[in-house]
Parts: sequence; structure tokens; C-alpha cells
Amino acid sequence: MIGLYSPGTSLIHRAPTLLKLLLLSLGVGVVALFGDPRQLGVALIVVVALFIIAGVPLKASVRQIAPILWMLLLAVPVQALLAGWLVAGLMAGRLLIAVALAALFTLTTTVTAVLEAFDQLLRPFSRWIDAERVGLLVALTIRCIPLVTEIVSEVLEARTARGTRGTLRALAVPVIVRSLYAADALGEALAARGVDD
Amino acid sequence: MSSITFDRVSHRFEGAAASGYTLRDIRLTLTESRIGIVGANGSGKSTLVRMINGLVTPTEGSVTVDGLSVKKQAREVRRRVGFIFTNPDNQIVMPTVEEDVAFTLRRRGLSAAEIAERTARTLDRFGLTALADRPAHRLSGGQKQLLALAAVLVAEPAIVVADEPTTLLDARNTRRIQELLRTLSQQLIVVTHQLDLLDDFDRVIVVENGEVVADDRPAIALGAYRALLS
Repeated sequence: MIGLYSPGTSLIHRAPTLLKLLLLSLGVGVVALFGDPRQLGVALIVVVALFIIAGVPLKASVRQIAPILWMLLLAVPVQALLAGWLVAGLMAGRLLIAVALAALFTLTTTVTAVLEAFDQLLRPFSRWIDAERVGLLVALTIRCIPLVTEIVSEVLEARTARGTRGTLRALAVPVIVRSLYAADALGEALAARGVDD
Repeated sequence: MSSITFDRVSHRFEGAAASGYTLRDIRLTLTESRIGIVGANGSGKSTLVRMINGLVTPTEGSVTVDGLSVKKQAREVRRRVGFIFTNPDNQIVMPTVEEDVAFTLRRRGLSAAEIAERTARTLDRFGLTALADRPAHRLSGGQKQLLALAAVLVAEPAIVVADEPTTLLDARNTRRIQELLRTLSQQLIVVTHQLDLLDDFDRVIVVENGEVVADDRPAIALGAYRALLS
């Protein structure tokens, strides 16, 4: 969701965000209960069909799903040793489908739509929960991921430029300090834009 | 034009020594259309402009915008004053360009259609339409500053304050932002080290060690500043 939204006008793009969230939860829940490889096979075909209907670029879809493949590469053999290849295969299939469904949601839903969905979802609880604040919290969390990534890469670059490798502490301290400064500046910018008056 | 008043304003950061004033006894009334503020690093010019929308509040004295106290009526003041920071990265809140521009309008009680219309119009004005769905953090420095400017101006503030908006930009993007700033119809207050930007301004204020040491037409004030530098 960190700017991974793939613009489009497909049925899935246009579907209400709350409905998509509900179907995502249901889909992940049902897949978790599947104990037969044939059931997972059918689910996988459905997921592929959904990606085709959404018309999201293949490259963007693969980029979303690829990281889980690396994890499975390590987890499947371990699981196979402990519980057998069938269980390992089922675990891998469930995880892959769940991640693919989540990726589809990410690729077809803007952050603004998610914020609005939060607003709708939490409106009945407005007496106790500030929906707008929760939405802002989600948006800022998403926004801060590339911000902190950039800080880490700059600190690493600076370290390389100075010809040192350093310790974990030598990396963590400047990253934390700079992240705190960035958070402070972001807070100031939010105040300047009229948030939290 | 709006009227911004600094009435015997002094400022000292919390924990600073009794003599450690960032600003001391500032008395200004800003009514001109284009005002430039110059000064060395640490002279207090950023603190001065941050007071205009209440990001920093005076330790002594008061700041008002069209009669509204920036301390007591911060919300009303911030609706009138748009603020552009030096580092646009710290100003971007939402993941995509379009969403970040629209974010400014979300708390204004506008309808979704009106937000979409004003956002589209602003993106078009700043040449950002083609980048609308692009991740904001992947833009170039110049594009990010354009986005920061668009995100402020979509709210149509009466006053635009820019704190060194071109410091982090290359020559081409500096010129682009400068040209855009020149076309604004709003009252504009710019803190800058790019002295050529201020040549056709109405007024230039020179800040040194927390005090206003020159306040005049650009030719005179910038002359005084250059003399100070040499």
C-alpha cells in the first residue's frame, strides 16, 4: 500500500472498500480451514481469475507476492521435516493464497479509500473512538515506512562513504535520532496543514 | 492583503539561558504583497515565520493575523496561512500525489466531489496530473516541492509562508519554484538565501542575532545585508 496502488476501473477496483475488506477476511479464513490440496487448487484458480479481472500488471503482482516465496523456501523444508510434505504443502498454499488476496486488495484500493472505510466502520463508535485519528494513524504508518527506509539507506551510504562498517549500535543510533527528527518535522507539517487544531 | 502584526515579540527556547533569545523585541506589521526575509543560519528568521501560523509561540509579546491571535485562534489562523517547509519529504503525509493534495481538504467539511474537483484543478495547475497516482516518496526533489506547494495551495490560503523552499533543490528546480512563487496571487512571505528572488519584492527584512537590523525596499535592505555579510 506504500504507493503500490495500481490504477484501474475494473469491478474489483470499483467495489466498496468495506466489502473488499470483508471478502478478504472471509477468503483468508476459509482458506485457512482447507485441508485438501484440491480445495487449495480451486482457491488458487479463483485468486488467479481475480487478478485477471482486476487487470493489475503482472510485474506489480509478482513484486507483491515474491517476498513470501523466499520465506516459504526456508519454512517449507523445516515444516516437511517436522510434519511431512503434505502439511508443509498445505501451509505454503494457504499462506500464498492469503498473501495474494491481501496483495490484490492493496493493488486495487487507495489509502484514501481505506481511510474512508475506517471512518465508516468506526462511525458507530464515534463516542469512544476518533475514526479520523485512527485513519490518520494508519496513513502515517504507511507513509513512514519509505521515510525510515530512506533514512536507513542514507546512514548506510554515509557509513560506506567514510569507509567504515561499524556496529549495529552505530547504525541504530543515527537512524533512531534522524527518525525522531523526521517525526517531529512531520508533526509540525501536520499542524501547519490544520490537523489536530 | 492580510495584516500580520508582531507586537514586541521575543522568543527563547525552553531550557535556554536567560540571555539566550532567538528573537528579541520584534515589532513588525506586514501588509505588503511580497515580503522576503533574509539572514544568516541561526539568525532567527525561521522562528520568526513559524510564528505566523503558530508553529512557534512567542515567549513574550503577541502575533496576530488579521486581528486573530496565533496562540488563541490557531485553527482560524492556519486556515488563512499556508506553510511550505524546506524539506518537502517531511511535509508529505499520504502515499500518493493525488491523495496528499486531497488530504489538506479532508478536514474542511467539503463534499467528496468538491475535494476531487479542487484536487484535480490544483494538480493540473502544478503540472502534476500525470503523476497523480505515483508514490509521493518516489518523486524527484523538485517534484516533491511542487507537491508540497500544491498541497498547501489547494486550500486557497490568503497568506503563503515559505521557509527556504529552494534550499534542497538544484538550479533548474529552484528557478521553477521561484517562478511559481512569483505567480501566486496570495500574500507571500519567503525566507530565502536566494537573494535574486527578492529583487522585485515589495519589502525585505534582514534578521541578525534575533533582531531586525534592516527593513526596507529590496535594493536598500539587500544592500545592508550584503554589507553585513562582507
